[in-house]
Amino acid sequence: MSQSAFAKALLDNALPTPEGLIDPQGRPAGKRFDVYRNNVVLSLSEALADAYPVVEKLVGEKFFQAMAGVFVRQYPPKTPILSEFAPEFPDFLAAFPPVAKLTYLPDVARLEKARTEAYHAADADPIDGAALAALTPEQMAGAKLHLHPSLRVISSPFPVFAIWRKNSDAPETTIPKHGQDVLIARPFDMVEMRTLPPGAADFLRALAAGRTLGEVIEFCEKIPLFDLTANIGGLFEANLLINIES
Amino acid sequence: MPLIPHLPHSAGVGYKPQHLGDILADAGHVKWLEIHAENYMSAGGPMLADLKRLAKQFPISCHGVGLSIGGERPLDKDHLTRLKHLISWLKPASFSEHLAWSSHETGYLNDLLPLPYTMDTVQRVADHINEVQDVLGVQMLLENPSVYVAFAASTMDEITFLNEVVSRTGCGLLLDVNNVFISGTNQDYAPEDYIDTFPVEHIGELHLGGHIEDKDDHGAPLLIDSHNNKVVDPVWALLERLLARTGPKPILIEWDSDIPDWPVLESEAARATAALEALT
Repeated sequence: MSQSAFAKALLDNALPTPEGLIDPQGRPAGKRFDVYRNNVVLSLSEALADAYPVVEKLVGEKFFQAMAGVFVRQYPPKTPILSEFAPEFPDFLAAFPPVAKLTYLPDVARLEKARTEAYHAADADPIDGAALAALTPEQMAGAKLHLHPSLRVISSPFPVFAIWRKNSDAPETTIPKHGQDVLIARPFDMVEMRTLPPGAADFLRALAAGRTLGEVIEFCEKIPLFDLTANIGGLFEANLLINIES
Repeated sequence: MPLIPHLPHSAGVGYKPQHLGDILADAGHVKWLEIHAENYMSAGGPMLADLKRLAKQFPISCHGVGLSIGGERPLDKDHLTRLKHLISWLKPASFSEHLAWSSHETGYLNDLLPLPYTMDTVQRVADHINEVQDVLGVQMLLENPSVYVAFAASTMDEITFLNEVVSRTGCGLLLDVNNVFISGTNQDYAPEDYIDTFPVEHIGELHLGGHIEDKDDHGAPLLIDSHNNKVVDPVWALLERLLARTGPKPILIEWDSDIPDWPVLESEAARATAALEALT
């Protein structure tokens, strides 16, 4: 019996126990094989719950376990590094009919995925505003601001930040009716999150895409009510700028 | 210069982040720590920083769970590269992996899956271990598995299998005493016989852990390696029997789920220390 056949039977309870697996008396292994089946699906389901605790809270533990059983059989991890497990989960939720009514759920999962990525991202030391102030106007126009490698932005038509907080560290949170852009980053040891003012998400994406400050200024002029100086200052204060390439 | 395993002949525990503060305050009888390599392969973050700090104070054993040494497909070169990177900065006192497979085309299955004991399997496992040792520049330790099924295709027992692998690779062995108790019970052989015939001269480390009890389809006992509770008395008795043959060895307490408060884990390390001290 090949490992392919073994692996297939592990992930599909409808398949019979692979032939050639026996108990000490030479009888078919039966339930003994199910130990492996359970280990695989339960351990991966636990890893999924660890990665997406707020999604689990929103749908309930029992439902989450059942859904995890479907997910992990469809998308077993690609590598043994479980902190990178289940990047497909938000899209899976968006296409999983039993949760279709929870329209905000995929974006909550995207937020949780961003938190995990930020937690394990590369470390980097922040710079302060003096480095930018030292540039001439010409140098400034051509400069590129490098964001902290842990920085992520999630833009959602749903109030995902409030939903996340209400179901984790701040149950008293009131949920607004509008969508939210959320900044997620880990400048030092802790993952930090905050909602972004209008336009800031696009501004951050322009920086992340490697645009020069001149291009970013031009781009931001088109964003109504956007305060560029305050937003750049905010990045310095949040310790999320790590280099100025000029 | 290849890394030769050199853990102290004392008690260690599997490191869990929730115990960091307790360990730094007073590690008690715990003299070294074991980590699962795959938990420390990120680009950065606090877990890596904590490990760097611990590695300055404690010998670290690097225990892989995802290399799939027994896999039918070639070793994952990317994963070997990640391991090489980890070992190069961490400089662990030991590197170990399992006699098992865990990856296939379907993906990574997050369990230690069993192998038929045949000469073909010996050769495949030996080729993979030679590759690991060449790439990593270490003498690795290979751990005996806990098994729930047997293979009709097997042509030799586990100890013969391990001896064949050692003679082809020069690797060392990690003897998990709890796994001996589990496999002996599940496969209907006396764990004492296994302990008495194990090639002790190749042992670089011992593991102890907890298991749970179930029954198979015919009502026969079926033990499951769960690492979620204390080491049971019959396993401590097997440890003493083994130590009488080997003399002092590094002993690890594994506790990976339903993780207890530090004093409970430390008390298991204290019991292992007492078993070592009883030898002198």
